[in-house]
Amino acid sequence: MSLALSFRLARRELRGGLRGFRIFLACLTLGVAAIAAVGMTRSAIENGLSGQGAVLLGGDAQMTFTYRTASTAERAFMAKFATQISEIIEFRSMAVVGEDRALTQVKAVDSAYPLVGSVVLDPAIALDAALAGDATRPGAVMDRVLVDRMGLKPGDSFVLGTQAFRLGAVLVTEPDSATGGFGLGPRTLVLTEGLKDSGLIGTGSLFESQYRLTLPPGTDMEALKNRAEDAFRDTGLRWSDSRRATPGISRFVDRIGSFLVLVGLAGLAVGGVGVSAAVRAYLEGKTATIATLKTLGATGRVIFQTYLIQIGILTALGVGLGLILGAATPLLLAPLLKSALPFPVDFALYPAPLLEAAFYGTVTAFLFTLWPLARTQSVRAAALYRGGDGQKGKPTLTHWLALAVLGALLVGGAVALSGVPMLAAWSAVGVVAALALLWLTAFGLRRLARRAARSKIMRGRVALRLALAAIGGPRDEAAAVILSLGLGLSVLAAVGQIDANLRAAIDRDLPAVAPSYFFVDIQNDQIDGFMKRTTEDPDVTRVDNAPMLRGVLTRINGVDARKVAGDHWVLHGDRGVTYAAELPPETTVTAGTFWPRDYAGPPQISFARKEAEEIGLKLGDLLTVNILGRDIEAKLTSLREVDFSKAGMGFVMMLNPGAIAGAPHTFIATVYARERAEAALLRDLAKSYPNITAIRVRDAIDRVTEALSAIATATAWAAAATLITGFVVLIGAAAAGEGARVYEAAVLKTLGASRARILASFALRAALTGGAAGVVAIGAGGLSGWAVMRFVMELPYVFEPVSAIAIVVGGVLATLLAGMAFAWRPLAARPARVLRSQD
Amino acid sequence: MTNPILALKDARLTLAGNAGPVDILRGITLDVARGETLGLIGPSGSGKSSLLMLMGGLERATSGEVAALGHDLTAMDEDALARFRRDNMGVVFQSFHLIPTMTALENVAVPLELAGMADAFTRAEAELTGVGLGSRLDHYPSQLSGGEQQRVALARAVAPRPKILLADEPTGNLDGANGTAIMDLLFGLRDLHEATLIMVTHSPELAARCSRVVHLADGAIAPQKAPQKQAATA
Repeated sequence: MSLALSFRLARRELRGGLRGFRIFLACLTLGVAAIAAVGMTRSAIENGLSGQGAVLLGGDAQMTFTYRTASTAERAFMAKFATQISEIIEFRSMAVVGEDRALTQVKAVDSAYPLVGSVVLDPAIALDAALAGDATRPGAVMDRVLVDRMGLKPGDSFVLGTQAFRLGAVLVTEPDSATGGFGLGPRTLVLTEGLKDSGLIGTGSLFESQYRLTLPPGTDMEALKNRAEDAFRDTGLRWSDSRRATPGISRFVDRIGSFLVLVGLAGLAVGGVGVSAAVRAYLEGKTATIATLKTLGATGRVIFQTYLIQIGILTALGVGLGLILGAATPLLLAPLLKSALPFPVDFALYPAPLLEAAFYGTVTAFLFTLWPLARTQSVRAAALYRGGDGQKGKPTLTHWLALAVLGALLVGGAVALSGVPMLAAWSAVGVVAALALLWLTAFGLRRLARRAARSKIMRGRVALRLALAAIGGPRDEAAAVILSLGLGLSVLAAVGQIDANLRAAIDRDLPAVAPSYFFVDIQNDQIDGFMKRTTEDPDVTRVDNAPMLRGVLTRINGVDARKVAGDHWVLHGDRGVTYAAELPPETTVTAGTFWPRDYAGPPQISFARKEAEEIGLKLGDLLTVNILGRDIEAKLTSLREVDFSKAGMGFVMMLNPGAIAGAPHTFIATVYARERAEAALLRDLAKSYPNITAIRVRDAIDRVTEALSAIATATAWAAAATLITGFVVLIGAAAAGEGARVYEAAVLKTLGASRARILASFALRAALTGGAAGVVAIGAGGLSGWAVMRFVMELPYVFEPVSAIAIVVGGVLATLLAGMAFAWRPLAARPARVLRSQD
Repeated sequence: MTNPILALKDARLTLAGNAGPVDILRGITLDVARGETLGLIGPSGSGKSSLLMLMGGLERATSGEVAALGHDLTAMDEDALARFRRDNMGVVFQSFHLIPTMTALENVAVPLELAGMADAFTRAEAELTGVGLGSRLDHYPSQLSGGEQQRVALARAVAPRPKILLADEPTGNLDGANGTAIMDLLFGLRDLHEATLIMVTHSPELAARCSRVVHLADGAIAPQKAPQKQAATA
């Protein structure tokens, strides 16, 4: 009965149109649209990757080995199940033209390559023809970046190791480029047989072999994967297939997508503040109606239901508009995004991300409107007639419970749906803490403004005192502005602090302690000569070298390592393994004892302390490490402190020499040299040892910085969406307060205030609230930045003042802009008309 | 009348209405002498309040002349009018028009501050004490009754010692007892500070307390029925 009545009343109320709900709708629409758009784009990328899996992978499945090609048993396994097999060898090398040399990622292929898709060359010739070479030189194709850098043109020669190659064409696209991972140099593509006299592929060389398989239609991929892994995991096999061809990219997109959804949720929280302010303003405008209804006999329940139904209808409208906007934006931008992203993207209408956005939007809308709605229910009609001051009703226990359930739904939903539960939970804590801090600030600012307005110092400073009186007065405009703008700026400040600290860590701190070059693939017979050349150079300050093998930690105390350690990064494929007769200098043993210099007993292993603790290893454990197909079972006898942050040499696993010294291996060296000596050193070493690959640390850092910039840009855009919502709330608050300001200006004009003075008062009021929001944002952003750097990135945090100052200035400017946009009418209005309309 | 404090000559006010222009005032010519108390009386819609607004520079005449203290109000811009009011006029409204974000003391202090008076708050406090609100200095308008709010408005209007006091139905929103008290206060303050008072009212009884009464009908001054010269303090 009461529900039907409430419906009728709600319908009549809504006949008046949506005038009072523009900000409500704008906030909700923007918040939902941002989350829907991020979700849609993520789904488009995921679908693109899985739909094009075979092409991206270069086959239906791939088996990868490190430092070696497949064994006879492994080849037999492939031949049994695959209809076509293609072998690819990948490694880093130096391309040389005269004195000029550059790092390149070499991909040596067989005649079957590519099994899926096609290679595009410039000029547009067949790959076979380009790689055919001539009578004396095998052919090669090269990425345009490298061709241009080395000043080559088709037909010219360049050298890899000791073998000269003829450049057949420029490599425009290779179908499987996205699976290559994080390459440090541009690509050179050659035939494997062309490398046989290059001296680059030998036992101990750092290379990776990939076997691309074409499988009969209908093959059960999961079953085949399990069979392959059961048979060959311990020998270092890594399996991937077209279902998830690019785990690296997928993981990256997943993480970034989840992170952006979290930023979007912060935006929705900002919108929630606006929604709450809009509903409160609307209900205050309805005071007379509610009072009349109550006088006529409407119960609190009927009133509550009437307005709840209205909010429900408007929420549906706002969420609907948000979904349309969020779904349409990526579809409209599809051509742009497709050309910008280096992997296939399949834009379509995906229901899952839209449902997720609708869920967040609906819960947020009710969470933020329940409080003002509840207050309406419990006020008395008599109190309502006294105007805005009468709305002092307090929510009941039921309302509190409903608020708790809605809050739990929102946070629980984010934790469950985001895919990054811990980050989502902490983000929720951060948003709630920031909101609480902002609310306290708004409360404090109002108290302070009220006191300051009455202080003797302010007497005579009319504009400032008027501004302070307005902030501290009974109207609650300042709180909505500080909450919404403050939260938006806090997100932006946090992103700014994290970005600046990451850049500082890479850009400023790392090169100061990092070596100039990494040299890899130094052969056993080259290491003495290499050390002599480098250590005798007066400009070289330090040289470190270590034997380098790659190994897979397969078992811990005889049990599958993954079952013991789960998904720890040390188990992701093979890791660098070294050996040493004695503890290397500047290395600290934190537990156990390092083997003696002349130790000749059963294999012993020393493990990096932090990683050992994470995996749960303890001294005395038996670890099985597969190196070049051979299992070595070693006893864990010591833990070492290894600092990976300085880009120097750091090995998780170190064995005693007797355990692996007989295995074919090469050396890796780090050289710390003054910059002026770098070129000559590189030239000399490359001439003496053409097979050695030099990796300039500065170049590697540049690549990492580029990748970080892309992440920072994406995050900044998402944060900007949050800020736009904040700005909408700001405009809403300014618009809602316009009537009051018109009235105030009319009274002040009557009392003799000039327009300049009134404008100054409005501007000061805006600047003070904006400034307060900005200052809190710096605190909250700094705190979030510190937490992320300290606990997620595990890097030191330094407060970065430039972006922080920009935040405060931005906050002040934004509120000033919104305030001034709504100052025209109060200033222009004739006092007589305004004041008489109030009579 | 020589050297009137307020002089209107053929002042007209036309406003745009939904059904076309509406003539609110149709050629008012009126002089007000210094120290005079003038009652403006007439039925609703006769233009009394609009005439008062023209006199205060709160509304701009469509044509004709409006001069106060020898200054042509029609030639002044908004800011000049505001400054003129600050230095010469006090206005009391039917709906009080206090600034809701300010306490009673702050409301009264504002015009004094605008005039650059260093002792604005001391004066404001004295003024509020004078109208019997010495104990309500820190109350916001919403915390005061209607009668109290109007007393604050009165204190605010007279605090800068204006030469002209304009009152637009100052008791219109008050009950009988409060209304009488406010009128006594208004006339008492006028006498104390020797200001010229122009008051709009519906009530012939209240108008009778003025030294002169002008009747308005349909936007024009109606012919005087009979002279009602009485003591201003009656």
